[in-house]
Amino acid sequence: MKFSIEWLKYFLETDASVQEIADKLNAIGHEVEGIEDPAEKLAGFTVAEVLTAGPHPDADKLQVLSVSTGGGEPLQVVCGAPNARAGMKGVLGQPGAVVPANGMELKKSKIRGVESNGMMCSVRELELGEEHDGIIELPGDAPVGASFAEYHAASPIIDVAITPDRPDCMGVMGIARDLAAAGLGTFKPVEAQEIAGEGACPVEIRTDDAEGCPAFYGRVIRGVSNGASPEWMQRRLKAAGQRPISALVDCTNYLMLAFGRPAHVYDLAKLSGPVVARRAKDGEQIEALNEKTYTLDDTMTVIADDAGVHDVAGIMGGEHSGATEATTDVLLEIAYFDPARIGVTGRKLGLTSDARTRFERGVDPEFLDEGLAILTDLIVKTCGGTPTQVVRAGQPPVEPKVVQFDPARTAKLGGVEVAEDRQRAILTALDFKVADDWTVTCPPRRHDIEGPADLVEEVVRIEGLDKVASVPLTRAPGVAKPTATPEQLVQRKLRRAAAARGLHEAVTWSFLPVPEAEHFADGADLWVLDNPISEDLKAMRPSLLPGLLTAAKRAADRGAAGARLFEIGRRYFRGERGHSDERATLGLVLAGEKTPRGWANGKAQGFDAYDAKAEALALLEAAGAPVDNLMVMGEAGPQFHPGQSATLRLGPKKVLARFGALHPATLKAFDIDGPVVAAEIFLDAIPAKKNAEFARSTYSPPALQPVTRDFAFLVDSAMPAGDLVKAVRGADKARIVDARIFDRFDGQGVPEGKTSLALEVTLQPGEKSFTDEELKAISDAVVKAAAKTGAELRA
Amino acid sequence: MSTEHEAQVTETLERLHAADDLDTVEAIRVEALGKQGWLNALMKTLGKMSPEERQTEGPRLQGMRARVADAIEDRKAVLEAAALEAKLATEVIDLTLPAPQTPQGSVHPVSQVMDELAEIFADLGFAVATGPEIEDEWHNFTALNMAETHPARAEMDTFYFPDRDADGHRMLLRTHTSPVQIRTMVGEGAPVRIIAPGRTYRSDSDATHTPMFHQIEGLAIDRGIHLGHLKWTLETFLKAFFERDDIVLRLRPSYFPFTEPSVEVDVGYSNEGGRRVVGGHGDAEGHAWMELLGSGMVNPRVIAAAGLDPDEYQGFAFGCGIDRLAMLKYGMNDLRAFFDGDARWLSHYGFSPFDQPTLSGGVGARA
Repeated sequence: MKFSIEWLKYFLETDASVQEIADKLNAIGHEVEGIEDPAEKLAGFTVAEVLTAGPHPDADKLQVLSVSTGGGEPLQVVCGAPNARAGMKGVLGQPGAVVPANGMELKKSKIRGVESNGMMCSVRELELGEEHDGIIELPGDAPVGASFAEYHAASPIIDVAITPDRPDCMGVMGIARDLAAAGLGTFKPVEAQEIAGEGACPVEIRTDDAEGCPAFYGRVIRGVSNGASPEWMQRRLKAAGQRPISALVDCTNYLMLAFGRPAHVYDLAKLSGPVVARRAKDGEQIEALNEKTYTLDDTMTVIADDAGVHDVAGIMGGEHSGATEATTDVLLEIAYFDPARIGVTGRKLGLTSDARTRFERGVDPEFLDEGLAILTDLIVKTCGGTPTQVVRAGQPPVEPKVVQFDPARTAKLGGVEVAEDRQRAILTALDFKVADDWTVTCPPRRHDIEGPADLVEEVVRIEGLDKVASVPLTRAPGVAKPTATPEQLVQRKLRRAAAARGLHEAVTWSFLPVPEAEHFADGADLWVLDNPISEDLKAMRPSLLPGLLTAAKRAADRGAAGARLFEIGRRYFRGERGHSDERATLGLVLAGEKTPRGWANGKAQGFDAYDAKAEALALLEAAGAPVDNLMVMGEAGPQFHPGQSATLRLGPKKVLARFGALHPATLKAFDIDGPVVAAEIFLDAIPAKKNAEFARSTYSPPALQPVTRDFAFLVDSAMPAGDLVKAVRGADKARIVDARIFDRFDGQGVPEGKTSLALEVTLQPGEKSFTDEELKAISDAVVKAAAKTGAELRA
Repeated sequence: MSTEHEAQVTETLERLHAADDLDTVEAIRVEALGKQGWLNALMKTLGKMSPEERQTEGPRLQGMRARVADAIEDRKAVLEAAALEAKLATEVIDLTLPAPQTPQGSVHPVSQVMDELAEIFADLGFAVATGPEIEDEWHNFTALNMAETHPARAEMDTFYFPDRDADGHRMLLRTHTSPVQIRTMVGEGAPVRIIAPGRTYRSDSDATHTPMFHQIEGLAIDRGIHLGHLKWTLETFLKAFFERDDIVLRLRPSYFPFTEPSVEVDVGYSNEGGRRVVGGHGDAEGHAWMELLGSGMVNPRVIAAAGLDPDEYQGFAFGCGIDRLAMLKYGMNDLRAFFDGDARWLSHYGFSPFDQPTLSGGVGARA
């Protein structure tokens, strides 16, 4: 909200400077968003008198003026304005002054050969309005030589953000009251004139919706003439950023901006029958003052007459019955509307207005009669006319809230000691009535006060938050205890493990375009936003891979040879009782070149499914998963290459991770060139380590060195090598400590449909070295175990 | 006879010294120490000597033999070393050629800052709590003293789902981390001290806002916690985070439905080389204030909504943008780049995996 200092001083007697006022506003909770000082812009412009005006020798449209600035020799000024003439007073910008409208610095110059020592200015050039037909004409009594800023009474403007709990400060008067309470001056309440009015109000006023409109007051003023509002009012409205429209409209806007009290003026000639506050009928329509038509429903309160709706109550009036230049008789409306209902109606209609902002936060329920009297007075003074008596329907909710307060609570909650007298004085200055027993009666305009905590806030903010001293929070004795949960520890380890393996951690959007989310949904019922900011950010991700793929594609589009990205975040599924099931997940994508072409290794090498497997296993190990017990199984999902992807499982059903090359269809859907490999680790599926101690199990390295034996088997080409390894390792679990495939071959010398697999088996002797007989027995066991998988020892 | 042998030894040693390949050395060895060698033959004469003669001749001949044998070994070693050097000289490689490259990864600034915050607050006894990002309106609004018709609720730019939960509450993306306050108080009771970092969402997008961003929530509930504790906690946190002692806070009264009193916290900063540098008094020369976080004493209604007795328990809560903290500390200027996954940006602004924040090493990682 913007207001000028001059306007503030109408309600507040103070000598404080603009900066002091701004600092105090900040200190008491009204955040200053800007200070604008028009006097700064008008520096160098003075009131001047045109002594003589003669034609320019070389230009028909220019005149050469002799201008007095009060002292010294008159200045010669060339001027193109048609209204410049001897004897008039205007505004002169002398060399060095900067024209506000265009930022141009004035200089002594020659215009068509004639010297000019400044510029006589138009309204627009000084940013005081839009007129540019001629130069400013000041009244005859304007003091020549005076600073124009001073003469113009250009007052600094403060822009302040009023928090939604303080509608009482959405008018200059309320701000003045707060500042006075904070010691910045004396509050000058405006005494409303008692206006009896002549005769009864000829319009019947009623409220048929006591819930939505508990009170509706009004009166008629006959014989107004709706011209321009007076200069003083226009100046204040302009300072507030409000464009003057017409005297009647300006008067209501003035009431709202000065007193925080919206009101409405109807053209009586456009009304017929009783004017009633009622619920709208479903489908009823109104063309509002913004020239848009709104369709209403029966939850909305309106003001209507026999002909139809004239006002969306508390939000915006109708175009049809608004005041125009031709208006002569008016009906004034001052009402109290239920804040909650105004908010709901405004949101439903998508209609905002200054009136709604105030009504939905709650206006002063005690300010109806006063407001109406002030408005009547303003209109009568500016537009003339004869008011009738006031007519009142309903009662505003003026029952005050009473809070039993304990002044000790200020220190207990606010952390600052404030003497009881001082607390009492602060609350009283804010219009609270404090009884001797600290029963506090709140002014009804303070809708924000609910209980003692709110009163503590009032005391502390006026006393000053800078008085609150820092007090250390008590700490548990000793060294701080660890606070991270097992899940958090796993994520921290994984993150740093992945980064140490050469992957960059990305943070991508939680929401995806619906087609991308569906591509990865695998039948899950997606969470899709009702009101996304764009179609690209609409469905909550069921996988981390789409976001990473999109990032990898962007990298490729920028010419990057490859991408190694991971992310740790959530996948979003349906949970119990309509809530979400958000599962912690690590996703990684390896795209493009794994190694660039090089002098040592020749051609560039792309990523393959084994790279994804390596990452998946290494990261699972970092996460503490029992990697030695994992099974490599299929069904990584349709997003993956069916022959080059797998899952890692703990038991046949518990999937800890999936990895592999992506399906060409996936690459096509994301418009990215392959090969691209990916992995996803389902952190929620990794079993937590139970009762892990610091001490490791007892171990000492074996004294005897291990023995290795090589075996070559012929197997069916379709048989997974892992099955053979598993069988071999199981042949003698005590002594076979490792079995590793070191060669795989099919082709010449190997029968069709068969593959040769060579294993290096590591045997660890215990106390004694193996005898030849023992070694033979183990070898036989290996061959026998392998045979169960169909493997034959190669001759 | 003896001088003749000595001369022969001397001559052999001279020849060995002159020998410049291993074959020559070997020929000399065979000549002297081989089966037919003259030294060998000389040694055999010992057998025919009288014991007395042997007493003197034995050591002399043994000495001659040892001198020759040692000289042969020495010469061999010299020549072998020279041969090796010569061979190595042919094996020179160009070490200006690049070595195999190891890819460098990085930790995202948001994660790094979250780890830093966890470390700082662990020292103050605050655990890290989490909650769902897909929330219901009761936890996100109603329990936080924002009723359906509350204007602040409409101002939150909330993303809604068409779904409702089993209690009929509308589902939405949490607009702040504050619902974790409710979940923690409901789940753990009091006293409690937590921070809750995480993703939050608002339907807002421009140069300084993204529809998804990160917030950290702080909550301390106990008997007798007041505004002075909040101020100290925030000061301590910011001093630890920015690792400077000249952090000055300005508390301004404000309004949040879930706190009462509510306090907006500004921090003093200066502009250095076009960058905001936190520190110093905001009113000092060349300094200004910037809004950094929102906070306050938890509204008694919120404490009651979470099932605790507001007459017994009170405490403070605060909320702050993590992305913003990261930008202020580490100097990024474009929020949108945080969510782009651009490896170039991540390499520049990301962190080494070994920059794990610790209190002993300082929680921040210097460039």
